[in-house]
Amino acid sequence: VGGLRDDQASGAALALAGAAIAWQSWQYPLGSVSAPGPGYLPFALGIALLAFGAFIALAGGRSSPFGWQRFDDGPKGLAILAGLAFAALALERLGYRITIAVLLVYYLGVLERRPWVRTLVLTAVVALGSHHLFARWLRVPLPVGVFGF
Amino acid sequence: MLETLGSLATGFNIALAPQFLAYAFAGCVIGTLVGMLPGLGPLAGISLLLPGTLGLNPTAALIMLAGVYYGAMYGGSTTSILMRIPGEAASVMTCIDGYAMTQRGRGGAALAIAAIGSFVAGTLSVIGLMLLAPPLAEFAIRFGPAEYTSLLLVGLIVLAYMSGGSMPRMLAMAAVGLLVGMIGMDVMSGYARFTGGVIELRDGLGIVPVAVGLFGISEIMLSAAKAREVAVRQPRLRELVPTAAELKDAVAPIARGSVLGFLIGIIPGSAHIISSFVAYGVERRLSKTPERFGNGAVAGVAGPESANNAAASGAFVPMLALGVPSGPIPAVMLAAIMVHGVVPGPLLINERPEIFWGFIASMYVGNVVLLMLNLPLVGIFIQVLRIPYRYLYPLILTLCVIGVYAVGQSVVDIWIMIAMGFLGYAMRKLGYEPAPLVLGMVIAPQLELSFRQALALSGGSYSIFVARPVSAALLVLAVVLLALSVRSALTRRADWRTRLGLEERG
Repeated sequence: VGGLRDDQASGAALALAGAAIAWQSWQYPLGSVSAPGPGYLPFALGIALLAFGAFIALAGGRSSPFGWQRFDDGPKGLAILAGLAFAALALERLGYRITIAVLLVYYLGVLERRPWVRTLVLTAVVALGSHHLFARWLRVPLPVGVFGF
Repeated sequence: MLETLGSLATGFNIALAPQFLAYAFAGCVIGTLVGMLPGLGPLAGISLLLPGTLGLNPTAALIMLAGVYYGAMYGGSTTSILMRIPGEAASVMTCIDGYAMTQRGRGGAALAIAAIGSFVAGTLSVIGLMLLAPPLAEFAIRFGPAEYTSLLLVGLIVLAYMSGGSMPRMLAMAAVGLLVGMIGMDVMSGYARFTGGVIELRDGLGIVPVAVGLFGISEIMLSAAKAREVAVRQPRLRELVPTAAELKDAVAPIARGSVLGFLIGIIPGSAHIISSFVAYGVERRLSKTPERFGNGAVAGVAGPESANNAAASGAFVPMLALGVPSGPIPAVMLAAIMVHGVVPGPLLINERPEIFWGFIASMYVGNVVLLMLNLPLVGIFIQVLRIPYRYLYPLILTLCVIGVYAVGQSVVDIWIMIAMGFLGYAMRKLGYEPAPLVLGMVIAPQLELSFRQALALSGGSYSIFVARPVSAALLVLAVVLLALSVRSALTRRADWRTRLGLEERG
């Protein structure tokens, strides 16, 4: 990304976010100084964020060069998040036990390439055992999916 | 004084009741494990345990979560000393001399000194908390909206200043945190802000998905890619006894670390982390043999370990006396008691004495439990480190999903956790601190409410913030800290915070 620096990139992102928030807050009732409305403080904070971001970007000429190689662990990180996204989508549809089982098979078997027998045994123990622990003992209500368990 | 002792006796009646004793014990065991495991610090640990405390009464919830907090302080030292792996950030300094002692065959003694130092510091600072919190609460009863606004604002600025990083970055993170805390329905008008039409967001973002995402998930994203197996060395029981010379070397650092840690703990910031850095620096400066630091100096273990435990108790002073969290961990604990309908603030000590004094007494009990637990059972605890990280992190992630879902029974919270995990990862890569964001988010509703009330009271005049003496004094402190930061940025001179950091690195 050419000569872009870390602080220039992150400062610009913060400034943009600040501007967007200030604009959005402007749409809310601002009220008056004696009776500030719901948009008053968010608007002020949006402007403050814009100012901090601009300062960070402008003063960031000497920070380290911005490079994607720093994010070399990013693909694995995203793969981890993808598993969690699956859990968010599936939890109330497939139910707790199936979701956790699929999640663990994905992490242990697919992502970490652990031996399959060990993966399946551990998955079964954790999916069923944690359900017993949370739902029965700690009485935490866990979701039941379309299959009824 | 007699009144205090009477109240403390009542507290002990509560804390020594079998069920509360069991919660303190469970909290200490879980905390020790949380402190040992990399990728699961005290904040993520407490957040994850929060759903498990929903069925408890507020006293039991607070006792258990506090056990996790100071248990993590103990547990973090074990991996630092035996393996040079800080289980949590406050143990970084212990790695240096603790691990050097292990290499010299004195690892067991280092563990014992860390445990004794933590015990003494923990106990002394609980006494400090007990004596300081009630009068502070008495004083704070007179606070109006202007004082609260200034107090919360100063809290954020002190946190930004103490963290030692660039002030604009810290303040930007605090602003982001405040804005995140304003998502949802406005408390005064009922107007929905920044919800994007998602109904679940009308109640605002919960602290648990945000804290677990920012601290837990992002840490796993960073460490899963470079996970490696570690050799676990188990100390023999007889190695745990320090020599007379080692004990003598530890006495003064433990005393200094206790006082220093407690005082730093009261100040907003990641107190337990900062206090261990400061204590290490102080011990090295005061030492007659500074060359021994880095090569297994007893003071290099005793000072920081005492300080971080004392700071953990100190951080409860503003939380219990003012209802104002001084950092992300007390913020999550406040959220834990608020779930039960307990309103934190200066009136808590008088209105709910069973919570305050039960909690204080449980901290004495917890310290004894930890001392008894950590030394003889260290061999059992470190077995958990034999579990390879590639097995461990999927289990921690599973726990994150359960914990976050269980608080609000909503998958939206899991999405928030994922978004915060991504944000936390990017922030760490680009050198931004997540602590001001979490603190800003937690205090946002209170700050906004008192700010708007103060302006309404004054008929729209900002002079109310300087006309009231306590508020004015707090704002002067904020301006001084901002000026100090600007000065060090302009002159590009390393001030004490940077020098301390540099010294410890080099």
